[in-house]
Amino acid sequence: MILHELIDYQVLRLIWWLLLGVLLVGFAVTDGFDLGVGALLPFVARTDLERRVAINSIGPVWEGNQVWLILGGGAIFAAWPPLYAVSFSGFYLAMFAILAALIVRPVGFKYRSKRDSAAWRRGWDCALFLGGFVPALIFGVAVGNTLQGVPFRFDEDLRIFYEGSFFGLLNPFALLCGLLSVAMVVMHGATWLVLKTEGPVAARARSYGSLAALATVALFALGGVALFLFVGGYKITGVINPLGPSNPLMKSVETARAAWFANYAAYPWLLAVPGLGFLGAAGAGLALRARLEVGALLLSGLSIAGIIATVGVSMFPFILPSSLDPRASLTVWDASSSHLTLFIMLVCTVIFMPIILAYTTWVYRVLWGKVDAKSIADGQGHAY
Amino acid sequence: MEFDIVSLSRFQFAMTALYHFLFVPLTLGLSVILAIMETVYVMTGRRIWRQMTKFWGTLFGINFAIGVATGLVMEFQFGMNWSYYSHYVGDIFGAPLAIEGLMAFFLEATFVGLFFFGWDRMSKVGHLTATWAVAFGSNFSALWILIANGWMQNPVGAAFNPQTMRMEVTDFYAVLFNPVAQAKFVHTVSAGYTVASVFVLGVSAWYLLKGRHVELAKRSMTVAASFGLAASLSVVVLGDESGYLTTEHQKMKLAAMEATWRTEPAPAPFTVVGFPDQKARETHYAVEIPWVGGLIDTRSLTTPVEGIEQLVERAKVNIKLGVTAFDALQKIRAAGSGAVAPDVKQAFEDNGNLLGYALLLKRYVDDPRKATPEQVSQAAWDTVPQVAPLFWTFRVMVGLGFYFILLMVTFFVLSARRMLDRYPLLLRLAVISIPLPWIAAESGWFVAEFGRQPWIIEGILPTASAVSSLGAATVLLTIVGFALLYSVLFVIEMALMLRAVRKGPSPDDAPDAVLIPATVVPAE
Repeated sequence: MILHELIDYQVLRLIWWLLLGVLLVGFAVTDGFDLGVGALLPFVARTDLERRVAINSIGPVWEGNQVWLILGGGAIFAAWPPLYAVSFSGFYLAMFAILAALIVRPVGFKYRSKRDSAAWRRGWDCALFLGGFVPALIFGVAVGNTLQGVPFRFDEDLRIFYEGSFFGLLNPFALLCGLLSVAMVVMHGATWLVLKTEGPVAARARSYGSLAALATVALFALGGVALFLFVGGYKITGVINPLGPSNPLMKSVETARAAWFANYAAYPWLLAVPGLGFLGAAGAGLALRARLEVGALLLSGLSIAGIIATVGVSMFPFILPSSLDPRASLTVWDASSSHLTLFIMLVCTVIFMPIILAYTTWVYRVLWGKVDAKSIADGQGHAY
Repeated sequence: MEFDIVSLSRFQFAMTALYHFLFVPLTLGLSVILAIMETVYVMTGRRIWRQMTKFWGTLFGINFAIGVATGLVMEFQFGMNWSYYSHYVGDIFGAPLAIEGLMAFFLEATFVGLFFFGWDRMSKVGHLTATWAVAFGSNFSALWILIANGWMQNPVGAAFNPQTMRMEVTDFYAVLFNPVAQAKFVHTVSAGYTVASVFVLGVSAWYLLKGRHVELAKRSMTVAASFGLAASLSVVVLGDESGYLTTEHQKMKLAAMEATWRTEPAPAPFTVVGFPDQKARETHYAVEIPWVGGLIDTRSLTTPVEGIEQLVERAKVNIKLGVTAFDALQKIRAAGSGAVAPDVKQAFEDNGNLLGYALLLKRYVDDPRKATPEQVSQAAWDTVPQVAPLFWTFRVMVGLGFYFILLMVTFFVLSARRMLDRYPLLLRLAVISIPLPWIAAESGWFVAEFGRQPWIIEGILPTASAVSSLGAATVLLTIVGFALLYSVLFVIEMALMLRAVRKGPSPDDAPDAVLIPATVVPAE
């Protein structure tokens, strides 16, 4: 099969780096508001009916949204096997915590309203809060650790050894990133609730949303300063062959001050990416006040996209640096699948992604409109 | 079993996988049954079929939620507990998982929301389309997962790349149209249909015994018996195909399933029951039927069925050849970008596919080239899985398979003669049969996965080499965590299922219901 050589290995790797970003953004922007609604649940909705309205605003869509995470996991496995192997085994207990939270969440949605007992429902409300808050926090903490480098190394057979502890992940910079992640997810969830509900739930969501938007701007700025002052970064010394085999041990890397800002120094137009993060969040806050419901949701989504893309652009070509053995760091040029696999996966993505976007849009259109007490009653037992 | 990281990781994977597969087969089958019921509704316009779709849909929903959540655990676990596996074969194994997400899971999960929430928001045909999308989505999902699993049983279309120290895909069509994967897919999907049919049959039988929801129950039984008859027949026929392919590709697994200790001259007998004794390499009190084993396994009267002792001898040869490949690999890597001697290159090309056999020696010696003949012999005997558990679970699965055919034939006949409520004893039998297909399905997975040991990928990578470098305490912690979480979920799930069954279909959906606006029931 020679077909795959139509596209350079180097180009394919770059495309898959972009697609990795698209998948992460897809997950954060769609399932992000589900997580945000979970985290906001005890605050924006006080009575049982209000809580049911909030839960049912995401009821029909969260399942589809969560597939972005499943697809993300599969795509990282397929396109970036070393990244999948290192990050999932390295962040072992953190991954377990995410899984536990994400197992409890769907079960909470489905089971909460199956019994009338108030204690039963309060229990699930608590589970739903954790199911939204914990994954948001941990994803942010994981990104914070990625920026600082993660303590892993390879032996000569490329077997992975991780020499950090779970509590080592909870350092101040990582926790700052975790808070930023929670803030942006809460902002996003609030804009969704404003769009999909009315009355007291929407009113409370509006004020929490503005607050979260403000927090997103502040924490993002603070994160940038901390990154510059305390974190530094990594850079490749010498040459790396973008067409070379995916073996991370064939290059040399060193840590350097402010290395994560080098890409912006070289290409100042890249500053538009963090700019989008700031302007989107600020705009979402303003739109909430101006009662532009759709606008607020879109701007909040753009802000999330900008913030995630900022991480990727700052680190490029690094994907997962190693603090233990910097030359083992995973980069775009030496941590991918083979040329053929990347090509096949790209063909599948090009075929299926438009189809997915088409029917997802259609489903959202069918479900368009506010959720209120009446629509839950009409759900006749199928509503959560 | 000692508390080493390999055993613990295997235990966790087995536990979470078997648990996940409590929910998957019901999703696979019930989604199709729902689509069939709703199709009848749309075609005939009779509201009872709508009520049936909504009622079984409620049970489907309770089951679906945990299926999805526990599936996420499976996907994450390869990286978490099996990181060397993920590195070693991610280039091939990751692709079907990703394509599953793209092609199947998005479809299933996006439309399942419409199935529940879309009844009053779209046309009849529109909603039916959503239901079929869920059914197709879940079945496509099984296809890709079994392509991935089929590759672990019969790793075609890939080769080892010394530069990246991993397997890389060479022929994607071979991976896609892997005969083992195709056979497994149809076998597993029909097993799912059987599970759902027995479930619908059993629950409906309970209603008939109680004299409740009689119209709904009878119609549901008719659907379940016809669908289940086709499914239970195909699960046995296609399972036979799967077994036949095992003869071709996994001779050791087959020998262990059948407790064939020594090569049997053609045509081999079939051991119905007996007590396999791994130490003595004998099956005590074996009851044999002449000829049948050879017919099933080889579909001929002239091909012998190979026995464990002979296969171990062959494994010894493979290990020795694997060591030459290992030696060549070390020389190739030592040369770096420099020139490699042609004889070394040739040695690797000739025996590179047996490299995995050299890795079997890693249990006894760091450098396989320094293994003693005793160690080679030990490693060769390691390729024999535990015979007795395989022998028994296989027989449980097959026995149950034939039982489901009988059950479905009986109810199909009763349904055709409109005598479904005539024999309470048979109805009771249907009720107590509900758990049986789950036992059969779990046994099937046990045979497939346990029978592949000591390999995680047949002939390519030993399970012991595939684990992450984690501490035993860490894995023990997550085992306890998953066990607690899963037990609580199981209790809640069962309670909700039973509640929903006891409650029966919603009277609002009844064919003769007067539609009055419903009200929300507030919490106490």
